[in-house]
Amino acid sequence: MQMFPLVAKGAQVRRRGKVLVGPVDLTLGGQGASIVIGPNGAGKTTLLKMLHGIVRMNGGSLDWACPLEEAQKRQSFVFQTPVMMRRTVIDNIAYPLRLTGVGRREARTRAADWAARVGLGRILQRQATMLSGGERQKLALARALVREPEVLFLDEPCAALDGRATREIEEILAHAAGSGTRLIMSTHNMGQARRLADEVIFVLGGRIHEFSPAEVFFAGPQTPQGRAFLNGDIVE
Amino acid sequence: MNDLWAGLSQAFWLLVTLDADLVEITLRSLRVTLTALAIACAIALPLAAFLAVRRFRMRRATIAVLNALMGLPPVVVGLVVYVFLSRAGPFGVFGLLFTPTAMIIAQVIIVVPLVASVAHQSLRELWSDYHDLLISMNATQFQRIQALLWDGRRALLTAALAGFGRAIGEVGAIMVVGGNIDHATRVLTTAIALETGKGEFAMALGLGFVLIALAIAVNLAIHWLGRTESEGRW
Repeated sequence: MQMFPLVAKGAQVRRRGKVLVGPVDLTLGGQGASIVIGPNGAGKTTLLKMLHGIVRMNGGSLDWACPLEEAQKRQSFVFQTPVMMRRTVIDNIAYPLRLTGVGRREARTRAADWAARVGLGRILQRQATMLSGGERQKLALARALVREPEVLFLDEPCAALDGRATREIEEILAHAAGSGTRLIMSTHNMGQARRLADEVIFVLGGRIHEFSPAEVFFAGPQTPQGRAFLNGDIVE
Repeated sequence: MNDLWAGLSQAFWLLVTLDADLVEITLRSLRVTLTALAIACAIALPLAAFLAVRRFRMRRATIAVLNALMGLPPVVVGLVVYVFLSRAGPFGVFGLLFTPTAMIIAQVIIVVPLVASVAHQSLRELWSDYHDLLISMNATQFQRIQALLWDGRRALLTAALAGFGRAIGEVGAIMVVGGNIDHATRVLTTAIALETGKGEFAMALGLGFVLIALAIAVNLAIHWLGRTESEGRW
């Protein structure tokens, strides 16, 4: 059953009376990579978490084309600060499979395969909390991809990484996208947005100010805030 | 000072000669304490994980009560267990009063709040790390509890050791429900209390040193088995 389109109507997240995100009206199709951009505190992370379903909405609706339970099983999330479970690399990657009832041996075999794909094949038995920043992010990616999700949410996955690690992560993401995984990702890095985006969601003050194909946005944003942001001006 | 030296030498001789009474009392102490600890951990650790993971209406009150129960006076626990197990009590029919089982019941009641509170502190922090990840992965409530208990196992060892310390050194409750009966319910702590009452300070000190040595040995053994200080582990 198709997951997309994902349709948000008036979706809103409030905390202590303050609107963090919304109201959001958005329809996402099932192809390519949507890149969420915007200044700090714009609501990018909350928007992603809301779409993924780990932040409770206080208003509006969010509907996948398939039942919600089914949709939740077919998506993964990579956090800005990767959460390392207190286990070895291979057990971290195998964990999502174990949750779905995959046997230990098969889970570890598939986990080892994914670890090799992201370049962690030689440190399978290392404790995850001992990894470097780049290795942690790769592990988080492998752990998210091991269930072969149809949608992958990524919250600034390269925020604290150097150029080399960023390139490696982007290669993994490009490969995932090439295999049909739908990417919905936030980033601060305009270069990365240009490299990966098929469409751009520009967020400011918790609202979507612009949602357009990447070539349209980067050729000339439709809103003054979008233009200012793209020019590197301070936007609040 | 003389009593101290006499106690040390008496403890030394008791150990070297493997005094039969001492061995019996020590083994009974270990059996009662470790059984109580195992039962307490089986109750307290899942309870601590449940309290970390699950949000429910009386959660804060439950945690506050649990913390307050850490200071439960052992003698009062002993008294309550005594009332319940005495012939006139609701469980009198089982004939458990003045048996090691009664001592185990009392120790479980004393140790559960302590282990649960200490474990909850650790698991709460771990849960704040894991919260978004496990929800994102659609882990069920049971799977979340499992993950916390497994990944927090070394911190939980500390909670268990705290429980062991409390149980092995406990005297008030087990004196009341056990009765300190020779060859039946006498354990190290009640034996020390008895010897002190008789004015046999050297013997009491000797038993005390054995008790301390036992506590340290069990702690070291558990640390060694758990490999808590190994490089790259938790």
